[in-house]
Amino acid sequence: MSEKNLSDQSTRSNQASISIDWSYANAPESTSHVSFSKHYGLFIDGSFTEYNENQSFESINPANGESLYRCTEANKSDVDAAVRAARKAFKGTWGTTSGTQRSHYLYRIARMLQERAREFAVLESMDGGKPIRESRDIDIPLAAAYFFYYAGWADKLAYAFPGKSPIPLGVCAQIIPWNFPLLMLAWKIAPALACGNTVVLKPAETTSLNALKFCELLQDIGLPDGVVNIITGSAKTGEYLVQHPDIDKIAFTGSTGVGKVIQQSIAKRQLPATFELGGKGAFILFDDAALNEAVEGIVNAIFFNQGHVCCAGSRLLVQEGVAEKVINLLKKRMQHLIVGDPLDKNTDIGAVNSKEQLETIQRYVNTGIQEGATCFESSGHLPTSGYYFPPTILTGVSQSSTVVQEEIFGPVLTIQTFRTTDEAIEKANNTPYGLANGIWTDKGSKIFYVGSKLKSGVVWSNTYNKFDPTSPFGGFKESGKGREGGISGLHAYVKLDHNGGMY
Amino acid sequence: MIDRIPIDAVGIQERVARVCTRSIKKESKLQALDLALRMMDLTTLEGSDSEGKVRQLCNKALHPYTELPNIPSVAAVCVYPNRVALAKSILNNSSISIASVATAFPSGMSSLIIKLDDVKFAVSEGADEIDMVISRGAFLSGEYAKVYDEIAQIKEVCGTAHLKVILETGELGSLENVRMASDLAMKAGADFIKTSTGKISPAATMPVVLVMLQAIRDFHETTGRKIGMKPAGGIRSSKQAIQYLVMVKETLGNDWLDPSLFRFGASSLANDVLMQWIKEKTGRYQSLNYFSND
Repeated sequence: MSEKNLSDQSTRSNQASISIDWSYANAPESTSHVSFSKHYGLFIDGSFTEYNENQSFESINPANGESLYRCTEANKSDVDAAVRAARKAFKGTWGTTSGTQRSHYLYRIARMLQERAREFAVLESMDGGKPIRESRDIDIPLAAAYFFYYAGWADKLAYAFPGKSPIPLGVCAQIIPWNFPLLMLAWKIAPALACGNTVVLKPAETTSLNALKFCELLQDIGLPDGVVNIITGSAKTGEYLVQHPDIDKIAFTGSTGVGKVIQQSIAKRQLPATFELGGKGAFILFDDAALNEAVEGIVNAIFFNQGHVCCAGSRLLVQEGVAEKVINLLKKRMQHLIVGDPLDKNTDIGAVNSKEQLETIQRYVNTGIQEGATCFESSGHLPTSGYYFPPTILTGVSQSSTVVQEEIFGPVLTIQTFRTTDEAIEKANNTPYGLANGIWTDKGSKIFYVGSKLKSGVVWSNTYNKFDPTSPFGGFKESGKGREGGISGLHAYVKLDHNGGMY
Repeated sequence: MIDRIPIDAVGIQERVARVCTRSIKKESKLQALDLALRMMDLTTLEGSDSEGKVRQLCNKALHPYTELPNIPSVAAVCVYPNRVALAKSILNNSSISIASVATAFPSGMSSLIIKLDDVKFAVSEGADEIDMVISRGAFLSGEYAKVYDEIAQIKEVCGTAHLKVILETGELGSLENVRMASDLAMKAGADFIKTSTGKISPAATMPVVLVMLQAIRDFHETTGRKIGMKPAGGIRSSKQAIQYLVMVKETLGNDWLDPSLFRFGASSLANDVLMQWIKEKTGRYQSLNYFSND
């Protein structure tokens, strides 16, 4: 370094005292440490089947619309093979594995997820479009946390069900959505294995990558063959799976529409099933709340994961006296949300998961405007390629508006006002859904009063979209049945009506 | 007179945590370091401040790093009233302002007459900016009008000098009180609100500063007046300084990214900023031995 050089460079020093237009330079997360195959077979009985180009489909990186990898569309005979492998493992190795040993396997999975967290986070963002900030700080750590939590239960099931003898159900068919690919896998697989079941899991068509990478992890930790089988594919594959005669349990997370179809198709069978479906959560903001923090809460409630969250707080119900102030604060806050490359560490809102979903969101917003809503979008820059939608609020909507009634599953918030507590409760409950709601007030008694009146599986107070393995999660009404997480999550994977169980 | 506005401490901490996830690199980091240097109030407030010590500080302000003659200079030096004249004589021909603490700093435990005289003296010696302390005892016992009147009267004797009002947030006990004291100080005529004297721990923290920035934003919204912000004490690294700047930008907007509206009160921050600045320019860290300790 020559001193002269240094001085020359420094002549840029800023003499002006006018404020600068300071923006953040790109801060992309490195992808050099991740690797994945260009094409994948199915993971059945402990190994990958051979990839066949004629029986495959493409997965797109939603950040740029380009092809990322191809994977196999599991057909009927593939599904048969997967269920057969799961049955064999259930009758054989896994059936004779003690709770303590199962616990050890689950702990190993959890630790490996932690060790390889960066890799899984980057892949999650590439595959699904969610910002690296979220996959790094929320998705992957939480997925590991669920495995840790259920690892703890595997050898203590007798204590979870005092006086009863829990026995596993058998082969569990599990279908998960694209909004939290690895986390939903953890929600499904961890309690199933803890209770001694085996699994055939189908990830969503657009987000198979981390489920397939997870299979590599299972091979690394030496989980017995056939205990977990991953079959990729479209709705057709899912249909084969839920209609398979040799499954003992269905666990489905996804849209209410598909959930209804599955329920119809299994109506004639005595099959335990849990469903975690759509939602249209209300974010009830009282005038005595801490408004600045509530605005931050709204951001977490609706702009988290591009709004692709079943429990999203997609309806803001704000008390009339503070509505104008809150909307004003929210608009200002929205201007600082960065929409863009999911792998950039400063991105707040990444890419919408697929072209189809982007079109759905756009259609809903158009419908809202046609029905008289006023639309406000943040004015930030959007990338030109890939699937992006700006954070959006719709005001001037009412209870009868389509956008208030139906789940949009995008970064779109509807805003309604209310006058009294009872009016807020009525509006919050006046929907076919009942997954989650939020209450914002400085007054503790009001939290308990309103909370007890809300018909939803989750009620958050002065926070939103908080998840924890110890806490049950699930819906009322058309948002689903059964609970995942906590001790309740074990119920969905055991039979209790037998004498003399496995312990 | 002043509303008590509910603050949710957990929510504030979450917002701060999110601010801290911003990754500031390359050109935006250089801009931030440049800003941090220009926003600095280089401070010495010790009972042991001799003429020599103050002279040393002023020289540092004038020549932060001799190898880089064009490096931006700091905003001000901050000293006790009896060192103002000396600082003035050294910095007379520069753009650097002289800030002086006053009003029975740091406790403020004296009569209003003495506090006013303290301010008058500092101004007459040539202080461009007065950093006063509020009466925390009065505030905590609910004598808001008394605190308000003190600030208003001190503002009056400041004349053309800018008034920074130190809330000493480490003694206020809650974020609600921080917000209330901020609102009160701004209404009473503060040009800047400032967190701390540096004599009480904790000094500036990000949650406290976020609450104060929100108060400034709301005050601007209702009155149209832009009040400045000065966190002081505890900010030692460039990384911390940059996180504060992110918080300012995302709460108040780019308008406040200016020394006329935002200052860092710090003594050891300067060298770290210089070091990072040189590292960004050259790709290498200089040995600490190359930076003068003042």
